[in-house]
Amino acid sequence: MKRLTGAQIVFESLLREGAEVIFGYPGGAVINLYDELINYPQIKHVLVRHEQAALHAADGYARATGKTGVCLVTSGPGATNVVTGVVTAFMDSIPVVVLTGQVATHQIGNDAFQEADILGITRTCTKHNYLVKDAAEVAKAIREGFHIASTGRPGPVVIDLPKDVLSGQAPFEYSEKVQIRGYSPVTSGHPGQIKLAIREILKAKKPVIYAGGGVIHSGAQQELIALAESARIPVTVTLLGLGGFPGDHPLFLGMLGMHGTYAANKAVTQCDLLIAIGSRFDDRATGNVQTFAPSARVIHVDIDPSSISKNVTVNVPIVGDAKNVLARIVKLLKEQGDVWKAARKPWLDEVNRYSSEHPLFYEPSRDVIKPQYVIQQIHRLTGGNAIIATEVGQHQMWTAQFYPFTQPRTILSSGGLGTMGYGLPAAIGAQIAFPDRTVFDIAGEGSFQMNVQELATVVQYRLPIKVALLNNHSLGMVRQWQELFFNERYSGVSLEVQPDFVKLAEAYGVAGLRADHPHEVVPCLEKALSTKGPVVVDFIVDPMENVYPMVPPGHDIDRMILGKPDRKAKRVVPLTFPS
Amino acid sequence: MKNTISILVENKPGVLARIAAMFSARNYNIDSLSVAETIDPTVSRITCTAVGDNLEIEQVMKQLRKLIDVIRVVNFTTANGDFITREMALIKVSARERNRAEIMRTADIFRAKIVDASRESLTLEVTGDEGKIDAMLELLTPFGIVEIARTGQVALSRGGRSLIDRHTGAGKPPVRKRSTHSRV
Repeated sequence: MKRLTGAQIVFESLLREGAEVIFGYPGGAVINLYDELINYPQIKHVLVRHEQAALHAADGYARATGKTGVCLVTSGPGATNVVTGVVTAFMDSIPVVVLTGQVATHQIGNDAFQEADILGITRTCTKHNYLVKDAAEVAKAIREGFHIASTGRPGPVVIDLPKDVLSGQAPFEYSEKVQIRGYSPVTSGHPGQIKLAIREILKAKKPVIYAGGGVIHSGAQQELIALAESARIPVTVTLLGLGGFPGDHPLFLGMLGMHGTYAANKAVTQCDLLIAIGSRFDDRATGNVQTFAPSARVIHVDIDPSSISKNVTVNVPIVGDAKNVLARIVKLLKEQGDVWKAARKPWLDEVNRYSSEHPLFYEPSRDVIKPQYVIQQIHRLTGGNAIIATEVGQHQMWTAQFYPFTQPRTILSSGGLGTMGYGLPAAIGAQIAFPDRTVFDIAGEGSFQMNVQELATVVQYRLPIKVALLNNHSLGMVRQWQELFFNERYSGVSLEVQPDFVKLAEAYGVAGLRADHPHEVVPCLEKALSTKGPVVVDFIVDPMENVYPMVPPGHDIDRMILGKPDRKAKRVVPLTFPS
Repeated sequence: MKNTISILVENKPGVLARIAAMFSARNYNIDSLSVAETIDPTVSRITCTAVGDNLEIEQVMKQLRKLIDVIRVVNFTTANGDFITREMALIKVSARERNRAEIMRTADIFRAKIVDASRESLTLEVTGDEGKIDAMLELLTPFGIVEIARTGQVALSRGGRSLIDRHTGAGKPPVRKRSTHSRV
């Protein structure tokens, strides 16, 4: 058998896994890999400017495509810099394989130069991790790593590769089959449980579907639509579930939770059957978990058994892949015929009343740019066909509220971990995967500055990413909390001192635009969209704008602050809701 | 309630750390732990005891099963069927002339062995379930216990089958008739 070096085996294995792109940053411990990389022109390497961005880019690539993202960094600081990205991917169940360099095996544990125990550091924030101690083990680790990352509940896998393993030699054999006796995710739901679910759905008078990221991961949008339409069930989604159900569908209630719509939160509170699909009852979705869906029976479909009955007691647990399980449920429901048309009317009327009572709104202005307006215009001008990355904060919530996502994998946002600085590198990952699509990073100036150095990557790879900076000169979400819950005692939230973002963009070779006034919003966006290359648009927005509705943390989700009490909206801008 | 959980894992470096890390990251507590290779050298058995309500322990079980290196998990306490638990303790008791005989009688009662003796002390080795060892410690306390070393619990189900045989049932041992096996 042909003997290859560990580094060659890495690339041969990556090729067999179908990896086309690596997001990485070199260093001493991985220099053999970078040397070998030259011999593998089939694999595109994207050199980022900070390792954290390499992981977010691989994550964004994975979210946008559904494929497994690959990231390559060196030992020590290279590896520790990706930890935030690893946890981000872990919390949101994103398949990424992270190749980290490591000092030579005989140096491990000696506090060698650029040594870090990345295995220990990432033990509880990876789906699995490997320290490969022999070149002969490299192929197996990569084969298993891709399998584990991409199957079941997806997640990050770290593979730590010591320098001598990369330079050492071993016979190369790539096995198609993976056999891990402790790992066999259940994908098809238990038929008995599915029957119980059907019984619950037939019995329910006020059902609601609460769908999460699992719908996106399993590609179950069509099945979800079929379920909602066939049994006439209104649908709310989590932040990660956006795009899993069309945002313009008459049965769509909007997002639920802390910044969810009145209709969604009210419907969940009033429902008698909650059908949770690929969602994990996160505290930002449930608010006070004791009063969450208080009178509902609960069906929970999830591929991860440990998500079921973790926070909320479930009556009908179904462990399985959302797409499989929903397809089965829909098939069985269709055998019942359309028995719901009349029966559902009172419930759908009730839900529609919630929607019209308190639709999402903001107070438009002629003097100052409202961030929500910018988001609505981005949606309008792109025809809703863009891929939208967000950072974390107010702009993220406004995007979730005011941009009706209709397609899965069109929103890239750090939900579970809430990682500021995620958006720009994630947009890079998405734009690398889809060079011809419009990719936006809707950002706040706080988050944007956490990975602003990636503008250099954007320029290097000629990525036409558009950054819409909703600049309110503060860390808006924290400021909002301080305003609402800490008697307007503002502490550590002012970003008055900031660079001139137009000049900053230009310094990187990116076109910079600024809009100070509402009438400049559309022309600026049009200019950005007609520009071939990357653009940063600095929108100077209303600094005191808040995200509403808001459920104070830990409160019942149907008890929302709907808006500033002293500023009664004269003209509301309702979104499309079930009519 | 105290639960005795038996975990079969890959016998690889770092596996114990994974289990311990999961417990601490999820805010669960391990009360006792014992680890050793099984007759299959690629498999180790970890027996641990953990206190928690049913919901909490159910989560512990699920989180354990989620670990890639975990092959099988059984909670003996909630599973159907009987199980045996044993611990071992080495107990060093201060033993002067006047109470030596009584300590030896106590050792006899508990079928403990005297494994070391000096002018001032006797060291006893005792095996049994937790209750037996606790009881013996209580009786020895008045003499003055110098120090003890106590193992974690080990446990096995009663009956003819092994944990690794049970490929189905997701960690639930089959319901067995209440046993005809002798109980020691």
